[in-house]
Amino acid sequence: MMRSITNDKRRESWMKKYGIQVLAAAFWIAVWQLASMWLGQEILLASPVSVIKKLGELIVTYDFWKSVGFSFGRIVLGFLLALVTGCIQAVVAYRFSFAAVLFGPLITVIKSTPVASFIILCLIWIPSRNLSVFISFLMVLPVVYTNILQGIRQTDRKLLEMADIFGVGMGKRICYIYISQILPYLLTACTLGLGLCWKAGVAAEVIGVPSGSIGEKLYHAKVYLNTPDLFAWTIVIIVISFLFEKCFLAGLRAIVGRIEKH
Amino acid sequence: MDIRIKELSKSYGELYVFNRFSCCFPEGKTTCVMGESGIGKTTLIHLLLGLEKPDAGEIAGVPHGKMAAVFQENRLCENLSAAANVRLTARRKLDESAIQEAFREVNLKEVYQRPVRELSGGMKRRVAIVRALLADADCVVMDEPFKGLDEETRKLTAEYVRRCLEGKTLIVVTHDAKDAGLLGADILNLN
Repeated sequence: MMRSITNDKRRESWMKKYGIQVLAAAFWIAVWQLASMWLGQEILLASPVSVIKKLGELIVTYDFWKSVGFSFGRIVLGFLLALVTGCIQAVVAYRFSFAAVLFGPLITVIKSTPVASFIILCLIWIPSRNLSVFISFLMVLPVVYTNILQGIRQTDRKLLEMADIFGVGMGKRICYIYISQILPYLLTACTLGLGLCWKAGVAAEVIGVPSGSIGEKLYHAKVYLNTPDLFAWTIVIIVISFLFEKCFLAGLRAIVGRIEKH
Repeated sequence: MDIRIKELSKSYGELYVFNRFSCCFPEGKTTCVMGESGIGKTTLIHLLLGLEKPDAGEIAGVPHGKMAAVFQENRLCENLSAAANVRLTARRKLDESAIQEAFREVNLKEVYQRPVRELSGGMKRRVAIVRALLADADCVVMDEPFKGLDEETRKLTAEYVRRCLEGKTLIVVTHDAKDAGLLGADILNLN
């Protein structure tokens, strides 16, 4: 009986939370539809109906999934490389203060340089097919480095003193003390980084125009003034980015949860 | 080996906490350190654990590397389960039944797999005590270990501490003379 009441309450609050979000989204789609009808020119603002129609046409084609796979693989690879490199760099910077000083200017330059400058510059050195890997790596690296370093620095000193007294080994310290304390910073870094890597990665593809990428599709939509195509591909990017972020963060939480429960 | 403190001095700026203080904690015995608030009981514990350095004097016989402690603020990993906290600091591999049995002794069998952040203050205190008892230490230092426990739980826990640490050196800081009685301890009064 108790469990049933709790489940009902949970379902009710879930409905309330997501119901409001769905209503908000529906409101903006309605605004979009009205604005499109008012303008009356698909080339200026494609209507949601024509975008959904376009999406329906796209997702049944092999070329669509090939493009999604191409961009997804490269952008996510860039993100993962930045995640690993940023973590290692943060540990080194924490351990050796001269390394923190050394990394400082590099991170500041990467953070403040416009992404377009990097893309144009890197096009000279890197083949356009792999440009999105490097650009998403570059955009995510400072976010991961800064957050993880802050997380390590904020680790509870008293827990580390406790570990010293009990003679806890480095492996256990990393798994049970550091990871647990750094997790909120890691989640923030991943949330910010995942948003950034998609924006920067697709921008790199639009400028580099590698064959078979989402960026190429966006570029062609722009050149041929195919606004429904442009909107449809943009929605695809938003959906992939959103789904990957949710899955990745849930996976990360599950791994840390397993370690903590052990 | 006895733990011997010789001519220990410790001050914080103008405030002298210890001035050429000497005492001995005999090996294998339980000693309760008592004294009024602010006299330096916790400072003494921190000096013994090596968390603070004395200005002068010597502390000999501390088995560094074979110590365990119950700190005033618990110092538990809040996200880990009570059992995982014990496993984290255990120097030898503990099987599940040993951990379960230890938590049963202090009335925590029902919650020992729950994250520490979900436990009450008194429960956390007992987790900190169990962690120190199962750490396989030669010397255990406890700072107000029974703070926040009701009379019955205090007796039960003290009895378990006494059984577990028989023959080992135990140093307990407390305000309450009853704790010394429960633990069968000698009393060292700081004046």
